[in-house]
Amino acid sequence: MAGAQLHPGAWWLWSLSLGTAATRTTNPLLLTLLIATSAYVVATCRPDAPWARSYTAFVKLGLAVLLIRLVFAVALGSPVPGTHVIVTLPELPLPHWAQGIRLGGKVTAETLLFALYDGLRLATLLICVGAANSLANPTRLLKSLPGALYEMGVAVVVALTYAPHLIADVQRLRAARRLRGRPDKGIRGLLHVGLPVLEGALERSVALAAAMDARGYGRTADVPPRVRRTTAALTLGGLLGVCAGTYGLLTAEGGTYGLPVLLCGVVAALAGLRLGGRRSLRTRYRPDRWDARAWLVAGSGAAVAALLALAAARDPAALHPGVVPLVAPALPLWPAAAVLLGLLPAFISPAPRNPTPLNPALKEPS
Amino acid sequence: MIRFENVSVTYDGAAEPTVQGVDFEVPEGELVLLVGPSGVGKSTVLGAVSGLVPHFTGGTLRGRVTVAGRDTRTHKPRELADVVGTVGQDPLSHFVTDTVEDELAYGMESLGLAPDVMRRRVEETLDLLGLTDLRSRSIATLSGGQQQRVAIGSVLTPHPSVLVLDEPTSALDPAAAEEVLAVLQRLVHDLGTTVLMAEHRLERVVQYADQVVLLSSPGTAPILGTPAEMMAVSPVYPPVVALGRLADWTPLPLTVRDARRRAADLREQLRQRDSIAPQGRGELRDQPQRTRTRQQPTPPKPLGEKPTDRRWFKRRRTPTQPPAYAAEVQALAVTRDRTQALRHVDLTVTPGETIALMGRNGAGKSTLLNTLVGLVKPSAGAVTLGGAVGLVPQEPRDLLYADTVAAECTAADADASAAPGTCRTLVSELLPDISDDTHPRDLSEGQRLTLALAVVLTARPSLLLLDEPTRGLDYAAKARLVTLLRDLAAQGHAIVLATHDVELAAELAHRVVLLAEGEVIADGPAADVVVASPSFAPQVAKILAPQKWLTVAEVREALA
Repeated sequence: MAGAQLHPGAWWLWSLSLGTAATRTTNPLLLTLLIATSAYVVATCRPDAPWARSYTAFVKLGLAVLLIRLVFAVALGSPVPGTHVIVTLPELPLPHWAQGIRLGGKVTAETLLFALYDGLRLATLLICVGAANSLANPTRLLKSLPGALYEMGVAVVVALTYAPHLIADVQRLRAARRLRGRPDKGIRGLLHVGLPVLEGALERSVALAAAMDARGYGRTADVPPRVRRTTAALTLGGLLGVCAGTYGLLTAEGGTYGLPVLLCGVVAALAGLRLGGRRSLRTRYRPDRWDARAWLVAGSGAAVAALLALAAARDPAALHPGVVPLVAPALPLWPAAAVLLGLLPAFISPAPRNPTPLNPALKEPS
Repeated sequence: MIRFENVSVTYDGAAEPTVQGVDFEVPEGELVLLVGPSGVGKSTVLGAVSGLVPHFTGGTLRGRVTVAGRDTRTHKPRELADVVGTVGQDPLSHFVTDTVEDELAYGMESLGLAPDVMRRRVEETLDLLGLTDLRSRSIATLSGGQQQRVAIGSVLTPHPSVLVLDEPTSALDPAAAEEVLAVLQRLVHDLGTTVLMAEHRLERVVQYADQVVLLSSPGTAPILGTPAEMMAVSPVYPPVVALGRLADWTPLPLTVRDARRRAADLREQLRQRDSIAPQGRGELRDQPQRTRTRQQPTPPKPLGEKPTDRRWFKRRRTPTQPPAYAAEVQALAVTRDRTQALRHVDLTVTPGETIALMGRNGAGKSTLLNTLVGLVKPSAGAVTLGGAVGLVPQEPRDLLYADTVAAECTAADADASAAPGTCRTLVSELLPDISDDTHPRDLSEGQRLTLALAVVLTARPSLLLLDEPTRGLDYAAKARLVTLLRDLAAQGHAIVLATHDVELAAELAHRVVLLAEGEVIADGPAADVVVASPSFAPQVAKILAPQKWLTVAEVREALA
């Protein structure tokens, strides 16, 4: 990936901040504005890569959540008192131990509106996470992990690249089943395909492990035994300290020593990890830099979240429009302007470098 | 640079050593080719260089293998990573990251090179392998040849002095294979890299080798010599060598160019024979649409074919009143994932005809086969079939589920609602020495392909489709397949095979259909189509041009 690209962490901070902002309000106008903001930034900044297409999937997921919330409100009713009855569904009589639960009955406009606001808030949160997913390459983010967590990052990357292989295997084997004139659907079909797929996955893992070994994965530097011993002592001691400290914090009589022991343990464990990092020879190729633009992108998101939180504290009525009595929500001006701050990345982030699109469908599995 | 000292490898649970008496030295900066039939332990020898044998695979290695002075006994594969670069048979299982640039850097990151060195070497390698335009592409979207080049690049960046490659061109189309070989050639010539590689498709690689290590049968000690010497005694050899042996040329020519220089006499001889025979090939040039001798009802009998091989066909019912065509494809278009995989394809397959579908990786060959068999629905146009269709997929193993050959046959009978025992009879005739309780996994590539073929034939298809049948087959297995398919065609089966193997197409096909970007760009008699194309012409055709000979068997027959 290009060096000019933004640090993936910045995108995640920005998106999560927008999501946080969404939790501060139920005003549908503000929520729609938040969705529009994220959509605009995604449309201008996302690169053309397979992982970048997840935004639409998240939008669909958000819509599904919204719909489910509405269906539940209709079917189960809600505690919101309402007077504007839209339709009365037949109510299912329930035994006495199920008191407080209602199936069917009156559906009021207030109930629906409340569910809509609530569902929209959840959908916005999901869509913001989707924005992060399609703006920042998940594997780049894993590469920004600290060195001690490197192995975990590799495992996740390998797993991520295996998923498409598995899907391709399943498709191939199902086609082969149809070639033999057998049904490829149903539990039996799945079982018959499952075993060869697992076998294939296992074989591929072994081949990959061999390739990784031959390419120097897991090479370690020679460290003097003294350092090794110190590392072990620090890590073990640190973990013990953390355990003892937590125990102390949780028990009544350990209130005095709990916190200091916990802190000492954490410090020792971290020092152990850092010292242990010496054994690893790894270097990083073109790591993502946290530059001024990353600060601005993350900052713009944080500003939106902070300003909406402030607005929610100052003027709760505008950010949480009432449903009883029914009122049309008004657009509060300065919180809306704050949301628009979230558009900043669309203007400052580098233009996406589109790798020449080539359809993978055209490629034969050769 | 690489030194084997009386090495033998015995895998756990095996009674006999897989290879023994391996004793040779590969000097620095040479390209050495490991040659031999399937199952003689070529991969084991390659694995011993990188230390994966025995550190990763288990087993016992006797003797000593040293690479750049490091003994593999005391150095694990990861400690040899800076001197040996290994690329396995399947480049996809080699990749750890998801983009080209990261993949190139991965090995250097593991070795802990400084960031500025890594950056420089990635750029150099991108240029060296012609990957600059692909640098930020996702590896999964690359073609087979590009993936193979990325795999080679990813082991080149740490600047190893030895490169070990297992069948680097087997899965590639002729053009992509040349791409990869040009890169290897450049590494050997410009950077002094030592290359040790195994490859079945000798016609592609033998001319690049400085020396050849010959493993002629399992358990025999390998011998090292010049390519010409080794080819004279090798049980596996490319068509150019076969022609040289036929014409008694010494030393044997290894390149088309050398052979052409020698072939003046042979061409003259063949021309005279042709003019004597009234139905000869001399006329063919004037009448390019006429079919060749091979389309006569009885196919020429290849050398070494036993009469027993044919017996089983007699027992089978020959179709009475065959339909006019086995399949007819009209204005076919297939769109997958918004891409036109096939557009406006017209094709008629007649019974008894063998058609080779050729073209680059991704040209739509597999899609056409899948459409014919009904796995892919056409988005426009029509496919009309004259009878049942059977497809042997690229990976024959996909068709086999059962634990034993017997169970597989019973299942195949049930699937095809054929009389019990039909499949087993086919298997015993195609593969005489296979016992009922063999696990399909334990069969060799060629045997597995034949078993899958028997399973498909149980349903008595009038049209037989094969997708890339010669992948991983050595010359002997390929010759058996050719005999088999010829007999099937003679019996009235129509056969369509998608293949990169020009020699196979030359041996078998009556007609060649070239596909490019989902369109048919050439369709005609094999001799006309392949001879006209520089990358799809078989070696014999190149040597004997302008006469249209395709295989050594044809030449042998004409001279007899």
